[in-house]
Amino acid sequence: MAELLISISTPDWLAHTIAALVQCGLLLAIALCSAAVGIWLERKVSARIQDRLGPTRVGGRFGWLQPPADGLKLICKEDIIPTAADHILFRIAPYICFCATFCVFLALPFANGWVAVELNAGAFFLLAVAGLEIFGVILGGYASGSKWSLYGAMREAAQVVSYEIPLGLCVVVVVILTGTMNLVEIGNQQAGWFFNWHIFHDPFTFVVFWVYVTCAVASSNRAPFDLPEAESELVAGFLTEYSGFRWVFFFMGEYASMFVVSGLGALLFLGGWNGPIPIASLLGLTPDDGDVFGWIGNLLGMCNFIAKAFAGMTFMIWLRWTLPRLRIDQVITTCLKYCVPIVSAMLAGVMLWSFFLPGGLIAALTRPASFPRSAWERTDSKPDSFPRSAWERTDSTLRVDGMRDNGRVQEEAWRRSLPAVRSHAERGNEGDFQEESR
Amino acid sequence: MDTINWHSCFFLLLAAIACGFAVAVVVVGDIVRMACCLVVSLAAVAGLFFLAGAEFLGAAQLMVYVGGTMVLLIFGVMLTARGPLVSMKIGGGQWVLALVIGVALFAVLLQAATSTSAWNGPKANDQAAVPAAAKQDDGAAAEQDAAGQLGLGLLGVREDRLHRQDKPVLLGGMSGYLLAFEIISVHLVVVLVGAAYLARARRRIRNPESRAPNPESP
Repeated sequence: MAELLISISTPDWLAHTIAALVQCGLLLAIALCSAAVGIWLERKVSARIQDRLGPTRVGGRFGWLQPPADGLKLICKEDIIPTAADHILFRIAPYICFCATFCVFLALPFANGWVAVELNAGAFFLLAVAGLEIFGVILGGYASGSKWSLYGAMREAAQVVSYEIPLGLCVVVVVILTGTMNLVEIGNQQAGWFFNWHIFHDPFTFVVFWVYVTCAVASSNRAPFDLPEAESELVAGFLTEYSGFRWVFFFMGEYASMFVVSGLGALLFLGGWNGPIPIASLLGLTPDDGDVFGWIGNLLGMCNFIAKAFAGMTFMIWLRWTLPRLRIDQVITTCLKYCVPIVSAMLAGVMLWSFFLPGGLIAALTRPASFPRSAWERTDSKPDSFPRSAWERTDSTLRVDGMRDNGRVQEEAWRRSLPAVRSHAERGNEGDFQEESR
Repeated sequence: MDTINWHSCFFLLLAAIACGFAVAVVVVGDIVRMACCLVVSLAAVAGLFFLAGAEFLGAAQLMVYVGGTMVLLIFGVMLTARGPLVSMKIGGGQWVLALVIGVALFAVLLQAATSTSAWNGPKANDQAAVPAAAKQDDGAAAEQDAAGQLGLGLLGVREDRLHRQDKPVLLGGMSGYLLAFEIISVHLVVVLVGAAYLARARRRIRNPESRAPNPESP
């Protein structure tokens, strides 16, 4: 886009600035739209669950203009800052909350290659930045100068810090399966029919997905884990002293983070932008078929991804209006006594599965291969390019490295390292790469 | 110069934020605001890492330091909020001591930074064109899969050194960071177990003579 602007004789600095601003605006629009649709969804779904109709009149039908109306109402509200509050921190806390969630959208791919910044460590970045959201919450709770707010903030801290552990482990399981932290690549590896999705990869990942769901609900402060803003016990938790526009920011942050965790779940376990049936590739809409077709295919993929993310949000809303709130000790017990051990066991299970049955159960039964060879088969698409003889003489750490599933990166790394390994092995150094003391 | 070097622009911006808030940590008295300034400073450093293309390091910085400071903040508030430490009062002697240490550290870092030949701009590239090209190759490869290389390094394979087969001395140093990684892992496990041990709920041995209900227990 910057090139386009430069071509119509815009100054260089202006062109780049405009291009950057447009892209930021696009992302912001996505984040805000996801929040607005989430709020509307919450109203409608909760109403249906309670046998009501929910908003019906605003905007003609279905009450689809309800979120903007809500926003307008909240902006018109009086902006109150308590006397006991720490004014600066009280003011910046909502923005921190929203900014952290917004930054996550930077690394969230919506379709194959449709991502603002394609990061190598995308999954890790997402976890790290999404974890910053609670900083705003804790700051807001502390700065409000109210005991209800402080209680809410402390609960939030205890809850989110402990749920980050199983959440991270769930992501690690997928990273082990795919061998990459690049979210675009993780999505692409699940292309094809729905049984290629990671949730159906093996029984362990199926369990891990449900642990992920639990942790995702907890980390976005939704009921049954909404202790930080437990309305019936803490007034409104960390939101007690907030009103008007600042309150809106907290809520937009919450709904946007719901979208983010649902989207991350879809990316990691539910195939990302790949639908259950590979319509795009059946119709010939892959990037290989030309730019335009690829673009249309990506558009379909984006619809898929957004549909999955909103399905996840609907599920969270459904949970919220169905389940009662847990006590704080139950919350921590769920995390530390159930989620962490389960996901650790599943992590070990996934490792063993991908070591012994890398091609899946059926492949292993029909073609019983020798133990290290079978672990191999899946990684190398070109078996000849691998130096088997040199390979088997090197030490075990290298073999572990070969376990990683993404053949492309591995192969490239190997091709680069090949002469070194070969010469090293042939020189008769017993392939001892591990000797630290030399 | 026609085009703006955006890299330098953002570097200066982020560096200014990092330094400014680092100074603010020292100047501001209130402990919570201090922690906030520290968080902003550390986040700006993470931004510098992202700018340099070290995404993994940047994300780790965000997760470990920024997240860790948050825990520090919570405990700082919880443990000291009622004490005299809410607003720090620092005496003159402490100022002098801190200044001496700070200036000494700064001098060491400055010396290290200026003496690194690779950082001295185009001079290093002029010396030999071929290594420079190789270096660029390395850079491109590193950008492709930096996290993977990092992981291999922790498993004991220094991928960046593997293809320097012409120097056997360097090949010997291919060993990576497996030992350090293992030591740190074991250390962390010990810390975790120790924390769990210290934080466990101790069962009180009830005195059998006092049958009267304890007023404190529900």
